[in-house]
Amino acid sequence: MTRHHGRGIASINYPIGMNLGGDPSQALVHSNPSGKFTVALSSIDLGQGMKSVTRQICAETLGVPVEDVYVDTADSDTGPHCMGSFASRGTHRVGNAVMAAAREARGVMMEAAAEELEVNAADLETDGRGNIHVKGAPHRSISTKDVAIAAQFKQGRTISGRGIFLVPLSDVDPETGEMSPATCYAHACLVAEVEVDDETGEVSMVRMDSAYELGRALNPRLVEQQLVGGAWMGVSHALYETTEPYYPNPAHGPRDFVDYLMPGPGNICPHDIAVLERPAADGPFGAKGPGEMCANPVLPAVANAIFNAVGVRIDELPITPEKVLRAIKAQGGARPQPRR
Amino acid sequence: MAKTALQFRHNGRDVAIFVDGGVNLLLALRELIGDMTPKFGCGQGGCGACSVLIDGELHLSCLTLAETVAGRSVETLESMKDGPNLHPLQRAFADNFAAQCGYCTPGMLMAAKALLDRNPQPSRAEVVEAISGNICRCTGYEPIINAVLAASASRARA
Ligand code: FES
Ligand code: FES
Repeated sequence: MTRHHGRGIASINYPIGMNLGGDPSQALVHSNPSGKFTVALSSIDLGQGMKSVTRQICAETLGVPVEDVYVDTADSDTGPHCMGSFASRGTHRVGNAVMAAAREARGVMMEAAAEELEVNAADLETDGRGNIHVKGAPHRSISTKDVAIAAQFKQGRTISGRGIFLVPLSDVDPETGEMSPATCYAHACLVAEVEVDDETGEVSMVRMDSAYELGRALNPRLVEQQLVGGAWMGVSHALYETTEPYYPNPAHGPRDFVDYLMPGPGNICPHDIAVLERPAADGPFGAKGPGEMCANPVLPAVANAIFNAVGVRIDELPITPEKVLRAIKAQGGARPQPRR
Repeated sequence: MAKTALQFRHNGRDVAIFVDGGVNLLLALRELIGDMTPKFGCGQGGCGACSVLIDGELHLSCLTLAETVAGRSVETLESMKDGPNLHPLQRAFADNFAAQCGYCTPGMLMAAKALLDRNPQPSRAEVVEAISGNICRCTGYEPIINAVLAASASRARA
């Protein structure tokens, strides 16, 4: 028995969102009489950080502290329409919608403040700490809370804004078939190192090194959390999990976590990640989306590393010990490939 | 079916409930006591989301017959909170971004607490071993391992 070491690389060009009939998301922003703001979305946060990042985008656009913004994603029946949380579209599509809504709400807030301070709205600015004051004269100031109270109880104004971001359906050129399925691309490259046991066919991860180019990282810790966790979802798809192990034959599908394998804490390996920020022209504050692509380069990199280690090319997922062993047997033994 | 009277300590408080024979502790905690902190992940011992401490020892509540905890002390994640103050492990989980969807978190925290209670300065390998019965879909485990090590280090400094 020998454990063969292999290294594989993969790069991806990842379109943010999708474009199968247009890809819209809406957001509504309104102030409460307490001077706090609510963002209403139907874009569900499953733990990726949608709430945090839309909260930051809204606060930054309004010019108020992030603590003064609450994001409500609770109900897709009553919230404004969203295509959903998938295809890494949240930060880009929903973020742009929130930005548009917050911009409109800010316009009303500044009008209401101007009326209270008896100045022109164009002469006002926010300090980001919950106050609005006359440019160059910070003592002529009013808090956003007092503006909200005046708007609600005195002026009869709703400090609110609507936002939608729509990537329209791209036409297909009848001559060339060319179309533009996305407006914004992220990129990644990952090197995977594995060890393949030629007696059992078992593959274990040794290390990963990756670089992700994902526009401006609006919340670097959330981006890192996505990349660290998502890579292991990639490994899991590459090596462990499937609902149909004998696809297209549906037999022997897993019914529980004993059959449906996923990596455990003992299977992980070091992963060194570099984040490159190249702001996207049409992203909110330059952001693209780190979501789904954090798992994508892992699968081909792992498949390539297995080829490098034992010379077998497996093109069906997951790459189980059974498949590796059968392929090694079929070619009459492991054939380690040269390292480049 | 006849119900059995069952008394035990739940997070330091005496509780008394009536359970059907064969009911597991997870169900008894969630449905009869109303403590929703232990999670139902699989109901058959495969995921660790339902982990609780019984007399200080880590157990899967979905595989524990409720009747077997009579007179014993059961601790769930609920016991970690102290008003608005987070337990050092919870603080470390938050600081290290050790939760995304959060479904595995109660079980991870209980497994980590069981470890640190008996071994306050674990090695990385001991942390991995301690949470090896718990599945996490989201984090890739690394932030969880780091959080447990950070909590142990902060306890050493205190
Ligand atoms: S619910 Fe108990 S181990 Fe999964
Ligand atoms: S944080 Fe989602 S399962 Fe662990």
